[in-house]
Amino acid sequence: MAETRAPASGEAAVSARARALCDAALAGDRRSLARLLTAVENRTPLAEAALRRLYPMAGRAQIVGVTGPPGAGKSTLVAALIAELRRAGRPVAVVAVDPSSPITGGAVLGDRVRMQAYSSDDGVFIRSMAARGHSGGLSSATAAAAAVFDAVGFDIVLVETVGTGQSEVEVAATADTTVVVEAPEMGDEIQAIKAGLLEVADIVVVNKGDRPGAHRTAGQLEAMLSHVTSREASLGGSAPKNPEVLVTTAATGEGVAGLLAAIDRHRSSARDSLGSRARLKRAEAQVWAVLVDRLHERVRSLEAAQDESAADASIAPGGLADAAGDGSGGSAPAGELLRAVASHELDPFAAADALLALLAGDRGGPAGAGGGGGRGA
Amino acid sequence: MPGQEPSRCCGAAIIRRMTERPIKVLIAKPGLDGHDRGAKVLARGLRDEGFEVVYTGLRQTPEMVATAALQEDVDVVGLSILSGAHMTLVPRICALLREKGMDDVLVAAGGIIPDVDVPALKESGVAAVFGPGTTIHEVAEFLRANARPRD
Repeated sequence: MAETRAPASGEAAVSARARALCDAALAGDRRSLARLLTAVENRTPLAEAALRRLYPMAGRAQIVGVTGPPGAGKSTLVAALIAELRRAGRPVAVVAVDPSSPITGGAVLGDRVRMQAYSSDDGVFIRSMAARGHSGGLSSATAAAAAVFDAVGFDIVLVETVGTGQSEVEVAATADTTVVVEAPEMGDEIQAIKAGLLEVADIVVVNKGDRPGAHRTAGQLEAMLSHVTSREASLGGSAPKNPEVLVTTAATGEGVAGLLAAIDRHRSSARDSLGSRARLKRAEAQVWAVLVDRLHERVRSLEAAQDESAADASIAPGGLADAAGDGSGGSAPAGELLRAVASHELDPFAAADALLALLAGDRGGPAGAGGGGGRGA
Repeated sequence: MPGQEPSRCCGAAIIRRMTERPIKVLIAKPGLDGHDRGAKVLARGLRDEGFEVVYTGLRQTPEMVATAALQEDVDVVGLSILSGAHMTLVPRICALLREKGMDDVLVAAGGIIPDVDVPALKESGVAAVFGPGTTIHEVAEFLRANARPRD
């Protein structure tokens, strides 16, 4: 990264580099777009500056979440959707998330394998992301990455989650349209009426439609999912979704045109009040995510300040547990609190309250310099 | 780890490693040979060494490899070739990467590559050629020492 390697001298330099990258990405430079996505993924200061610049330009794209259990065919279905969209001349961006190792932090990002046919097509931009310890099926930067694609003019962004179980529903808070992909014979009606993933589906796809039992599975899902009474619907707020159930064979492309049509239909129907409610929820999730980040930063800067006053000046960036672990930074009150909780001398609620009190006392301190804590997202 | 409840973290070491921003590697199989066991073993091994590895799959053209490297903004491109076409494919990929402004990306090659070809490959922009018998740890150490710095 030639530009980002240059000595970072303060906020002005960062925002100047962010502006240059944004302008180039908006003008269609793919390398700059890729670098922006890296900054967003790594949560650098540049990313925040760039996202603040791009946010007003986003909001036009349809973000389509594709989720479902491992091996149901999400990547193959995304590849088939890319083919369908390109046939219609529509540019498409893809964010494909795969899990990170909880042991080493490493990851194998293999979704691209199914989509490589489009890798030299300028109307397609595929970006793999590791979840990096974020649970819920996405990485913590997925929504921001989708916003970047949105801002630079991609009309549709496909977000493929990690293979999910029953309750990784975070994608629904990120996407305008949530497609849940199931494979045949994955469960009976009881699976379909359980709470969780299927509840957040706008469209349910039974993939591998050429396998025996695909249509029976689709029928069972339809019977159990479409049972929404008019009374429930009229109550507004908490009315369950009434998803379309489709059968596709992603590997051959069968049924994929129908899926794209359903996605497009959902887009136009989502322009009503229901859609704006989804967007409000997404806004809430975004603001909360930033809020949590800011809180982490504040706790860390509190620890750093404590570390500086301690003999050992090495600053551990890893958060609370670092301050407590391995004898480093042993005198930080955050670390002491953690140890007290670990040895059951203190309960976690009291520890959290004590930390909040510490932060409140710290409000005017150096951590708030530059007005960093007070900006609305 | 931002955005994650500390209670879900498994330990300080993991948190530390995950905040270190892993090196991102593209493992690609350019050309027409179908022998991807080595590429897959390496992908998995580098995962265990803490790298984020994007695997492209078989039979990639140089253009596909270069575009994937650009879109993924990888730090390292690893090329696995067992077909003997390395003298055609590797220089072409290096040239495309430079053309796309990715001259700071580390390119490494592996597979069946005769020693006599190594100087010419290095001349064309390859940083290292790893032959049979190389351990995954050696590859990981080399990449850690030579990949461009992350910010």
